Amino acid sequence: MTLITILGLVLIMIGLWGMLTQKNIIKIIIGFSIMDTGVHLIMVSIGYLKDRTAPIIDSAVDQANAVNTVVDPIPSALVLTAIVIGLAVTALMLSYAIKLYEKKGTLDINEFKELKW
Amino acid sequence: MVKKIFIVIILGFFAVMLLPLAKDFTPFQELSPVAEKYVEDGPEELGSANLVTSVIVTYRGLDTLGEVAVLFIAAAGVGFFLRKEEKGDKTPKRGSSQILQSGTAFLFPLILAFGVYIFLHGHLTPGGGFQGGVVIASGMVLLLLSSASAKINENVLHLVESLSGASYVAIGILGLVLATGFLDNRFLDLGEFGTLLSAGAIPLIYSFIGLKVGAELVGIVNNMQKDQS
Repeated sequence: MTLITILGLVLIMIGLWGMLTQKNIIKIIIGFSIMDTGVHLIMVSIGYLKDRTAPIIDSAVDQANAVNTVVDPIPSALVLTAIVIGLAVTALMLSYAIKLYEKKGTLDINEFKELKW
Repeated sequence: MVKKIFIVIILGFFAVMLLPLAKDFTPFQELSPVAEKYVEDGPEELGSANLVTSVIVTYRGLDTLGEVAVLFIAAAGVGFFLRKEEKGDKTPKRGSSQILQSGTAFLFPLILAFGVYIFLHGHLTPGGGFQGGVVIASGMVLLLLSSASAKINENVLHLVESLSGASYVAIGILGLVLATGFLDNRFLDLGEFGTLLSAGAIPLIYSFIGLKVGAELVGIVNNMQKDQS
């Protein structure tokens, strides 16, 4: 149990709460972004090893002993990917929001009843 | 009221589902076997000082190609939703302030140079194609903010994006033909470890990724800005 993992979980819960309760579409997108950040934090914290440094071989990291001095590079690579995908998805959602606002003149999610069951 | 109860129940389910991660998770004491292999053999095999880069560009290069494809589809989606017919009746907009204009004139070339620096040094320092591309795009956002009449030539944008994307795949196939596998960087000389011209094709691949990501993000911002005018 680490502090960063718990903070990531808290961020996920906050984001999910925001997505479920907010009425404004922009705020829902913000909730998604917060949840995204929480997931990234958890992934990074899983790859983190105590008292170790970034996985870059330079003057601070001896190449022969690198296995015992660097953190796991794979979660870092995964998070890098996830951040870019998150950015792309957020941009796409915001452009949906722009279009919806042009159509109805409001961002209140309750005004969009077409797909309601 | 019913809705609120539902929300509480859903949140409760999620909390219970995620709780073991916080409660029972013990931090690892050493690297996983896969990571160990990457850290041990990566520097000699691929010549890249930044091990995250060697994972992203080479060991997991195919995933990165998929990621670039996702980014491309998202950019195409934004372009599709925000496309607009050119209308003649454009009201002249108020120009931006003198501070923003002077600041942009000073900062814009520096930001571009910094973005290029980040993706060229992706195999040596923290950073790489995606980060460099985003920095370049942020410079372009500054340019669009500072002058209301600034127009980005979309043909150039599309040309840069398609060419760099095609070159990225072409380099991957070159690796398949000349070296051992798709996106293998070893068909170029590995060079001296830790210098700019090292790590085989990694700087080349990351430069193309940087240009592609930069062009795509500028396209997204450009579409959103056009939609507002």
